[in-house]
Amino acid sequence: MEPMGKVLVINYEKCTGCRLCELVCAVMHDGISNPTRSRIKVMKWESEGLYIPMSCQQCQDAPCMNVCPVKAISRDEELGRVVVDYDVCIGCRSCVAVCPFGAMSFNTIDKKVFKCDLCDGDPQCVRFCEVNAIEYIDANDVSILKQKNAAERISIAGKEAAVLQAAV
Amino acid sequence: MPLDRKIAYIDLTTGDIQTKPIPLDVRKKFLGGRGLDAYLLYNHTKKGCDPIGPNNTLMVSGGILTATCASATARTHVMAKSPLTGLLGSANMGGFFAPEMAWAGFHHLVIKGKAKHPVYIYIHNGEIEIRDARDIWGKSVTDSQWALREDLGDQEVKSLVCGPAGENLVRFANVMTGIKNSGGRSGMGCVLGSKNLKAVSVRGTMDIKIARPKEALEYNKRFIDQIVSAKVNQTQGALGTPFIWGATNSWGGIRCRNFQYNQCEYADDIEPERIDEICEETMGPYHMTGCFGCQVHCRAQYKIPEGPYAGVYDEGPEYTSQGAFGGETDTPRAITVLTGNHLVDKYGMDNLETGSLISWAMELYELGIITSKETDGLDLRFGNDEAVIEMIDRIAFRKGWLGDTLAEGGIPASEKIGKNSFDYLIQVKGMSNLHSDERATPGLALNIATGSRGSDHLRSRPAIDLYHLPEPVLRKIYSNPVPYDGPLSSEHTEYIGKPWQVFWQENCYMGVDCLGICKYHTTFLGATLPNFEDWSKVIYYNTGLEMTPEEIWDVAVRCNMIERLFNLREGLTRDDLKKGDMLNHRYFDEPCRRGAIDVVGKKIDKEKFIKMIDEFYEHKGLDKNGVPTPERLKKLGLNKEPSHLL
Repeated sequence: MEPMGKVLVINYEKCTGCRLCELVCAVMHDGISNPTRSRIKVMKWESEGLYIPMSCQQCQDAPCMNVCPVKAISRDEELGRVVVDYDVCIGCRSCVAVCPFGAMSFNTIDKKVFKCDLCDGDPQCVRFCEVNAIEYIDANDVSILKQKNAAERISIAGKEAAVLQAAV
Repeated sequence: MPLDRKIAYIDLTTGDIQTKPIPLDVRKKFLGGRGLDAYLLYNHTKKGCDPIGPNNTLMVSGGILTATCASATARTHVMAKSPLTGLLGSANMGGFFAPEMAWAGFHHLVIKGKAKHPVYIYIHNGEIEIRDARDIWGKSVTDSQWALREDLGDQEVKSLVCGPAGENLVRFANVMTGIKNSGGRSGMGCVLGSKNLKAVSVRGTMDIKIARPKEALEYNKRFIDQIVSAKVNQTQGALGTPFIWGATNSWGGIRCRNFQYNQCEYADDIEPERIDEICEETMGPYHMTGCFGCQVHCRAQYKIPEGPYAGVYDEGPEYTSQGAFGGETDTPRAITVLTGNHLVDKYGMDNLETGSLISWAMELYELGIITSKETDGLDLRFGNDEAVIEMIDRIAFRKGWLGDTLAEGGIPASEKIGKNSFDYLIQVKGMSNLHSDERATPGLALNIATGSRGSDHLRSRPAIDLYHLPEPVLRKIYSNPVPYDGPLSSEHTEYIGKPWQVFWQENCYMGVDCLGICKYHTTFLGATLPNFEDWSKVIYYNTGLEMTPEEIWDVAVRCNMIERLFNLREGLTRDDLKKGDMLNHRYFDEPCRRGAIDVVGKKIDKEKFIKMIDEFYEHKGLDKNGVPTPERLKKLGLNKEPSHLL
């Protein structure tokens, strides 16, 4: 067991904008198809062909947790997630107001706040996303992957620069 | 529940709006989507109604599985009497419209009458209103959609719109949603325009309770794994439909110079790899996008790299645009295909019909049947890229004699042009053929000749016929869910067994269209993909409705028969070159000039072809004249139509 746990990593460039993640999220949690029940939401700039899935970042120093007047929100270190205890929650929606990512939502039908719970360790958005725009990976690996990608870009740029120099 | 989605009747003349539940017995008979639309069309239009008059009825629908936890339930279906053919008008498109309509509470809309001034219909969580669209009239397809969002103050609104071509009553104007999702064929946008209906906008946040969510989710996963494991879908997901054009062109199944050649030479610049390169250069490595809930993601994104529209974002091009503005007109230049594709998307016009008619006019011009007088000085030779782009504009805005004439559709144009121009028009039932050439493939030729909306590849094409599958494999596919022990042939140039394949495919495609899922998720291009048996389970898990594969098959046969009944009522006769199940004489008289060894020299044997039609009619339960037998109608429960169940 890694001390940090796994995290959702979104690579928006890969997202095709199909919104299957929204569908399976709602069906998995509520047995209902309705994107407003989804914990993940694909933001779209259709006229530019840009799609960005947004979900809970499971913050360490989570604003929702800090703002909650009845301490209904806590961190579950085992799964590395921020969870809502519905027995304690009074539905004041302070957490919805304070979340900088808009990841805490309020379900107007059931009158409850809701957020990503990582499907208890098997996130369905990840499972269904064939293009791997959403991945569930060890928190320690996230920066290593990013470093590797950045290094690759630098290496390619370096080679291209060398070619250009040689051509001059 | 998906089954509690309603039907709405909207009268644009009176402003009257009624909503009703869809009874379960109607669902069991017609499921939804295109099938139920066909029933509604038959019941809500009168024989001989003017397709651009107030009495034509426009149906907009999602399928029975729309927005449920099944794979790619994105399809929107639109139906009316066609302004292009005077027969069945029907078009189907992907995107995000139908799911949003289902979340707004509706599966089916029946739109009648004509508004006094431009309006749009807004549907929001069970409520329907007719709103002023005078400020939006005249705007392009995408500008209209963004303006509607502004007007409604909601960026999540999805709209189905007609573009300037629909407003100008171009007979093959399409309806569109998003950037390029088009209900492309048979002029449904013209019907919107004729009703002063600029758009239908929807926004919904209503629950759709899944009958058995756990099973639905798991089955969907299995379904998706099966679909993305198919090589053909992996290629679609990488290159989009252009890969089909590339493959078919190298083999010799593409129309070039209208119908003079069956292969487009020097086409490197519009080969799928080249198109993909442009997409990558302008949109980056991840430039594929998809429709709602679909993992095939076959739609490419691009920016026009140069020319007057440089930098403009669009999606596609589909193989239809490659064919229409590259192959048929013999202008195999990426810039022409990409620009042409953008213009038809912007104006809301069927790319297939547009390209086909331009290439037909080019042949007439080269033959001297039309001259520079008719073209207003435009040098309409094959290979003239500027002329292609110019003609798209002229047709959309009915500019000049020829633009206005072609905007009327092929058959009326041929009557206006006169001489023997009709002989060169590659159409069936008044609708131009896809950019494909079926002379080497009798099964595909039978498909386009008998398609219910005219010459078309999406009604019954046995595309897997081209794969040379061993006979036992073919038999396994084609004897489910109903037994078939007649002949079958792996040979695509053969005539035997093809009528059954076409009949089977016709029912398979009707099936997906009733469910509201995409054809790439069934036995269309991939032989291993799901059909009736899987649908039975998917329907049950998602809606709770118990339907056996055989019952779904029966629904498909019934719905295809209703389409036939509609066409017969509007004047379809078997051998009529303009309104029947017959091909242009060139299929029988002119052999293929180019292509692979199994293609070159091939033409359709008329005698064998007529025998195929006879056999196809037998499978369908039609007599020699193509009219249903009373026994078959009774068996399908259609002996008392119109029955006005809804």
